[in-house]
Amino acid sequence: MRPRSWRRSALTPSAHAQPAGPAAAPARTPERRRGPRKDRARRALTGWGFVSPAMLVVLGLSILPAVWAFVLSLQDWNGFSTPVGVGADNYRRLVTDTDLHAAVGHTLFYTVLFVPASVLLGLGLALLLNRSLFLVGVYRTAIFLPFVASAAATGILTTYLFNPQFGLANTVLRALHLPQQAWLEDPSQAMVVIALMSLWGQAAFTTVIYLAALQDIPTELTEAARIDGCNRWQAFWHVTFPQLAPVTVFCTVWQTIGAIQLFDLVYTTTRGGPLNATETIVYYLWQTAFKGLEFGYASAVAYGLFAVTLVITLGVVLYSRRAKVQAF
Amino acid sequence: MALETLSRPARTAGDAQRTRPGRRRWWWHVLLAPVAALFALPFVQMFLTALTPASEINRFPPRLIPSHLTLDGFVRLFQESPILHWLLNSTVVAVVGVGSHLVLCSLAGYGFARMRFAGRTMGFVLVIATIMIPTQLLMVPTYVMFARVGLINTLGAAIVPWLASAFGIFLMRQFFLSLPAELEEAAVLDGCTRLQVFWRVVLPLARPALATLAIFTLLGSWNDLVWPLIAINDEASFTVQLGIANFQGARRTDWSSLMAGNVVATLPLIAFFVVAQKQFIATMTFSGLKG
Repeated sequence: MRPRSWRRSALTPSAHAQPAGPAAAPARTPERRRGPRKDRARRALTGWGFVSPAMLVVLGLSILPAVWAFVLSLQDWNGFSTPVGVGADNYRRLVTDTDLHAAVGHTLFYTVLFVPASVLLGLGLALLLNRSLFLVGVYRTAIFLPFVASAAATGILTTYLFNPQFGLANTVLRALHLPQQAWLEDPSQAMVVIALMSLWGQAAFTTVIYLAALQDIPTELTEAARIDGCNRWQAFWHVTFPQLAPVTVFCTVWQTIGAIQLFDLVYTTTRGGPLNATETIVYYLWQTAFKGLEFGYASAVAYGLFAVTLVITLGVVLYSRRAKVQAF
Repeated sequence: MALETLSRPARTAGDAQRTRPGRRRWWWHVLLAPVAALFALPFVQMFLTALTPASEINRFPPRLIPSHLTLDGFVRLFQESPILHWLLNSTVVAVVGVGSHLVLCSLAGYGFARMRFAGRTMGFVLVIATIMIPTQLLMVPTYVMFARVGLINTLGAAIVPWLASAFGIFLMRQFFLSLPAELEEAAVLDGCTRLQVFWRVVLPLARPALATLAIFTLLGSWNDLVWPLIAINDEASFTVQLGIANFQGARRTDWSSLMAGNVVATLPLIAFFVVAQKQFIATMTFSGLKG
């Protein structure tokens, strides 16, 4: 529909249309002869006219604050007083801050729980859903729908489902005559519950990535393996799985980066409790910055986190290059 | 890669299985049905609880199915919180964010894909490099920046970060690169300016990519909690996510109105997902492949 209207307007003479006939030719030649410099300047103007509005927003809200954060990380500042330069003191404090180290531990615990589970769950669900089956659309919708649930909604749902008195989780345990649990109120269980609900919300992501990858594998490959006498499992393990290696590497890195930045679900469920058991790095960072008003130290924590993210990403990229797994 | 993914969003899988005999198919249902039920359970609980009389929730032993359904939870929610106002705020954030994303990112994507000008490569590399920067690093300085220009505690604070994104620019550039250039060249020969070519020729062809970008922005801006939490303390400027998170702190035990709030905040996206599932899946796939 649109292209047709374009064609019509392109054919009707407009202010921008070149006048036809030989009279137009001499008018254009001098301009062209005046040299490529003016032309280049005009092209640059048009080009930057197209890209600069979006670039201004993106760079203004990333590079600028990133540089500023580095400056802040070398200062002691609460947002109101005059900033005091403290050199690398904030970074030195990272090494000795036991609260931060505890937060790193909690974050690692969550990462170890969440990342392998989400990758395996994604792979499993993708294998299950990768077939044309009666009702498969319904199953897929049910599994993907939690992806649209916000952290706030998931948090409220989590506190309700895992409420020790009347939550569904304990109701099920009671029906099975199993002991009741304190869930979010138990320091040793709270993080597990958060990881479970993260899985609920994010399984769709890894599943979709694996589904896309599975559909790119030519079916001839597995069929050939089956004809050669492989059973289903062997065909999967020796033919399909190696083809999925890049996706697996990608999902692992992506989910790891996401996991070490866990914040919102902690905020909407436990607020770091009980007994700080769910205080993650970013939660600690948020508290340091916006409750403790230690803008300088919080920026140093953020740069530390950034460095870890970079090291993980680069490490995996280099490793997969060497192992010839083309994940990136 | 981008175009390929976008043009076949949710191909329903497994052509190999289609030809195989239907024996032992029930086996897949035995595996899939409980998993799907488990995933659906929290949402089912959410809707049920929102419609359950308050007297039946906080009791022991709890009953799973309410004796009758009631809208009391919703009534209390609408009476005791400015949820409609929060919804309106979120709608403004999402509409402005999506609109601005579509315009700015497609302009920039087109510029980076099709135009040759001094500094283009450097500019694009700079934009892509910002994807690596974690948002946590930006929270403090952005807060200070916004405070200086008076954006803190206004709805503007929630809107500005969603005006454009590096991901959006990248997505649109990849899409435009995959389009054949001949059409545009023909339009230029016909005397169209660059902007006319972009508006009349290129954008109508870019609908799949624009849909992906719109959904990406909608999901992100509607569900965002961290940034509004930092930047907005004034209840009048709350987004719906911040509103329900706060409402939870205030009414710890009124579960039916808390869940009603959950329903109100989530239902728009659920409805949208059910209607445009293919586009959502394409969006997820693409945001995964950007790495």
